[in-house]
Amino acid sequence: MYHKDGVSYYVVDGHVHYWNASPENRNRYGEGFIECFYNYQTSLSPAEWVWPLEKFCKYTEEDLIHDLFETGYVDMAIFQPTYLRDFYPGEGFNTTERNAVVKERHPDRFVLNGSFDPRDGDEGLRVLEQKAERYGLKGVKLYTAEWKGDSKGYKLSDPEAYRYLEKCRELGIVNIHVHKGPTIWPLNRDAFDVADIDDVATAFPDLNFIVEHVGLPRLEDFCWIAKQEPNVYGGLAVAMPFLHSRPRYFAQIIGELLYWLGEDRLVFGSDYAIWSPRWLVEQFVDFQIPEDIQGEYGTLSVEAKKRILGLNAARLYDLKVPAEAQLDSVPAGAAPGGRS
Amino acid sequence: MISRQAAWAALGQVRDPELDEPITDLGFVRMLRVDGGAVHAELRLPTYFCAPNFVFMMVGDADAALRALPGVTEVRVDLADHFTAGEIREGVGHGFEATFPGLTDGDLTELRSVFRRKAFVAAQGRLCRDLLTQGWTTADLTGLRLGDLPPSALVAAYERARAAIGLPAGPDAWMLTDPDGGRVPAERVDQYLRFANALRVSVEGNAEHCRALLAARYSDDLGGAA
Repeated sequence: MYHKDGVSYYVVDGHVHYWNASPENRNRYGEGFIECFYNYQTSLSPAEWVWPLEKFCKYTEEDLIHDLFETGYVDMAIFQPTYLRDFYPGEGFNTTERNAVVKERHPDRFVLNGSFDPRDGDEGLRVLEQKAERYGLKGVKLYTAEWKGDSKGYKLSDPEAYRYLEKCRELGIVNIHVHKGPTIWPLNRDAFDVADIDDVATAFPDLNFIVEHVGLPRLEDFCWIAKQEPNVYGGLAVAMPFLHSRPRYFAQIIGELLYWLGEDRLVFGSDYAIWSPRWLVEQFVDFQIPEDIQGEYGTLSVEAKKRILGLNAARLYDLKVPAEAQLDSVPAGAAPGGRS
Repeated sequence: MISRQAAWAALGQVRDPELDEPITDLGFVRMLRVDGGAVHAELRLPTYFCAPNFVFMMVGDADAALRALPGVTEVRVDLADHFTAGEIREGVGHGFEATFPGLTDGDLTELRSVFRRKAFVAAQGRLCRDLLTQGWTTADLTGLRLGDLPPSALVAAYERARAAIGLPAGPDAWMLTDPDGGRVPAERVDQYLRFANALRVSVEGNAEHCRALLAARYSDDLGGAA
């Protein structure tokens, strides 16, 4: 819970990882992948939040618990697994199994999401069933750019993916988190294309599609699709840290999202351990759209911030929000944050 | 004998297709060496996993731009620190499909066209936004022809992006057309410009992100070619 100016913000970190990218667990692609992640951290974080590379490759459970819950204001965190077995041939990068061990010790602080890969065929469907039963899954995280042998990615509109989405529906897995690109196959097409989201959001109106990183780098196409599909949400991981280093771009990105999707369909995420929730939450609550573009975008209200930081994700995952943090608990005249 | 300035200017004509900015401004040229008629350049990128199709275009375009220099005898364009660096270095000049056999279902013509169209809409959005802040109304914009535009850097950028998708460039041509050349109907102008603005924000945000990643990766201030 985060408290500021008499307002209580229930915080759901909608996108956290507990990965192992240590040298023993990776090949050269895994090394390139984690170095890329590390540059994300170093390029967009305040200096005091930059870790040594060695810690970044493999941090401890204590680091995770400390940064999320002890100092990071997070009430609930959602584990979004990313297997990447072709890059991390040891145990995979950040698997549901690895996350489950942590959740067992902190059952009330984590939502554990699963994953599927439509290229796994019938066997994959059986494994998904088993995991859904074992872990009580309500969500899955998909990475459409994942390599798998000769295949360098897939689309949600592939017939095999439809079978898996039908299975999700049957198992009560209602939240489908999608991380787009860079898909490699076919290499001559746009790797970050989000058109397949449009297709499945229409075909599966009873499932929620949370597009991670708000479709970046195709923000405009994501916004266009989300405007027409009420079951499409935007996950703000990767967009959030622009708060610090490029606040004006953050204002324009959040302004566009508020215009096209509205404040009910945006979900906060730190992408921990790339970024830590503490400074993101503090800076977001203090943030306001600069005055000279308020004519275009309006302002970011306390209610909108409460929804984005936790209430929207609580609705998707049926999480119990304490009375003090409910929307009707905003004191009259609470300032929406002044730094602009 | 080729001057280094001439070679640099040639590379300045090469744009990142996604960000629509010259690779020289983006800091993607790591090294440029000119020795008589021989030119050797090396490109670098913000990440190890930057999409290979765009990378191939930039390396290929850089190679072609340098080969077009009068008096050139030899050109080599290398690529640093990318997961397909080997394939692209070997493949330039042989075409994209030959470079990545089995990984494509066509060449890069369509992808290039998609991003030139995006670049056009973004440039149009920038220009219209500027005109609106100067007091023009959306109704005025629908009545504007190219010949009515007061000269400015934004108009020049718009005209360049327009030419790149082959739309007519005469003074009688309408300014507010979609990338197919059709006039945007009055009742759709607001929505069209809203989308153009989202596209502009997206492209400019991506460019900021790429610059930040490149600076982090190479620990420099984008000083560029040594």
